[in-house]
Amino acid sequence: MKRVLEGSHAVAEAVRLAKVQVISAYPITPQTHIVEILSDYCSTGKLKAKFLRVESEHSALAALIGAQSSGVRTFTATSSQGLALMHELLHWSSGARLPIVMAEVNRALGPGWNIWMDQTDSLAQRDTGWIQFYCEDSQEVLDTTLQAYRLAEEVNLPVMVVLDAFFLSHTYEPVDIPDEKDVDRFLPPFAPKFQLDTANPCSFGQLVTPAFYMEMRHDIDRAMDLALVRFGEIEEEYARIFKRRYGAVEAIQCSDADIILLTSGTVTSTCRLVLKALRDRGEKVGILKVKLFRPTPAEQIRGALKSAKKVAVVDRNCSFGAGGIFAQEVRAALCNLPGHPLVYGYIAGIGGRDVTPELLEEIYWKTKNSEVPEKESVWMGLQEVAHGTQRS
Amino acid sequence: MELNALDQEFMHSGHVGCPGCGAAIAMRFFLKALGDKTIMVLPACCWSVIAGPYPQSTLKIPLIHSAFETGGAVASGVRAALDMKGDRETTVVTWAGDGGTFDIGFQALSGAVERNEDFIYVCYDNEAYMNTGIQRSSSTPYGAWTTTTPGTDWKKLRKKNIVEALVAHRIPYAATANIAFPEDLVRKAQKAKSIKGSRFIHVYASCPTGWRIPSEMSIKIARMAVQTNIFPLYEVEDGLRYTINYKPKEYLVREYFRLQGRFRHLTDKDLDQIQEMVNEDWELLLRKAGEHA
Repeated sequence: MKRVLEGSHAVAEAVRLAKVQVISAYPITPQTHIVEILSDYCSTGKLKAKFLRVESEHSALAALIGAQSSGVRTFTATSSQGLALMHELLHWSSGARLPIVMAEVNRALGPGWNIWMDQTDSLAQRDTGWIQFYCEDSQEVLDTTLQAYRLAEEVNLPVMVVLDAFFLSHTYEPVDIPDEKDVDRFLPPFAPKFQLDTANPCSFGQLVTPAFYMEMRHDIDRAMDLALVRFGEIEEEYARIFKRRYGAVEAIQCSDADIILLTSGTVTSTCRLVLKALRDRGEKVGILKVKLFRPTPAEQIRGALKSAKKVAVVDRNCSFGAGGIFAQEVRAALCNLPGHPLVYGYIAGIGGRDVTPELLEEIYWKTKNSEVPEKESVWMGLQEVAHGTQRS
Repeated sequence: MELNALDQEFMHSGHVGCPGCGAAIAMRFFLKALGDKTIMVLPACCWSVIAGPYPQSTLKIPLIHSAFETGGAVASGVRAALDMKGDRETTVVTWAGDGGTFDIGFQALSGAVERNEDFIYVCYDNEAYMNTGIQRSSSTPYGAWTTTTPGTDWKKLRKKNIVEALVAHRIPYAATANIAFPEDLVRKAQKAKSIKGSRFIHVYASCPTGWRIPSEMSIKIARMAVQTNIFPLYEVEDGLRYTINYKPKEYLVREYFRLQGRFRHLTDKDLDQIQEMVNEDWELLLRKAGEHA
């Protein structure tokens, strides 16, 4: 059934279809529409779940750690400062091997206060052991959230489904809502391997000496490798039932492209228009959309980029002093590939600024006309600002 | 006291606490009172170590260790999951130290009891960060030496009154208990178990290592804390009805202080001042219990 939905509501529909049992959340713009509609579903019984209205994001995730360890399916949603506050427990959830699923609405971090689109909040959590998916539209948000539960529960790792603030969270689009029976077939009830149980008392998360800790950490890394394989299989199965597939990466007209624009999130949709316009003018350009950020689909990135001459990475984020984060990841994936393409990093659309078709074209031409990248990442679309220190 | 309850042991022998550890004694009696249908949440505290390293466990009940400040929140999640599974029989207990309760975990605790989450929160209080090496907490009493209040910088601030802070949330049940009064402690744990909603028990748990006392003095000092009115035994129902469980005043505070190395630097004048503070707190408690003219 097709309905016109916000990205936020697409998340909520997926959570309803996944029959989540415990939800715990704390409000933050622009995540609020997700938790408002889920509160409504819980109060009317449309979703039979317990909704914990906790006093902070830190407690939101802590409560899910308790609930998930007790053997039920869980969900939370947050953004920006809220995700930063959760940081300690992001590590805890993956270390405890809990298949928690979270919707994370990409929003800029303060100061100054800025509620708009920026990827730095979620990318700064790249070493926490969470699987991360970046979505392009509302349909993908819904489909990915359902897949996230299957993947999380198969590999025992938490998953973050990331969507752009406002451009996706607050934008209405037609979305196909899957039939409940089909979802039940794809996503059976959660069957925990271990749980808190008075009939079988066990200790969870206790003190671990150097004699065992390292092997436990190695297991997490192996589970990430497994997630890459399992995600492919899960997508196959999803496509068989629901006729939709996205891929860990999507290569668009890459096979004959000299220059490939590498994107993530909603910028990809804008880029699709730019691609068509440039192709119409005879430019050999392609797009590589990266959806899965952790685990890194390095093999697939190399496969898509290997015959290009240059890659232009569009980063809506910045690791200060090191440039755009996707650009760093792409360089790392390519560096051992003989004759690999040059990587041009571009930082654009920070703190909610538009990334327009004109800006993306400018990025394309700048890449084409520069023999080598001038630096790790070039900031695009900056206004003229008077800099300099005042002296009296 | 139900003697049959005390026959059951839910701790294995061989925990890794210090000799004379009040926190270990407190756990043993609480579990006797609560029984095997108990799931315990254990935020970082001395008990994170006492429970033993992987793959061993001191306890015979399911146990989830959690981050320092999450005692109230993790228990809320466990309870929510049990409710969704239709398990109304199991008691959820958070077992936290004074640092994890008075300081870093206070927000999550306040949030949980404001929501009247159905669990028992036990704070075993050894009056400083003992697991990390005796650093002061907001539970450290006036006059105490710790490694972060050394020399003449001994703590010159009052101990936070945690029970009154919880009572202000109007929770169904709040009480103090003490390892030297096991009958009272077991009764309170069993009473807490029979009540629904948020229940809080503040347990005095002496620490020979951190208080600079011989391990065999652990129980004696704990008993004197009640007998001096430094740590009165009382209960508060629904944030309103106070019951004082023990009243005779048998010792002056100076006798309690003189036995402990952590108070060695205090002068007679300091001890007189502390006696006045204890008297004042006791008067306040009597007034709340309606026992004062």
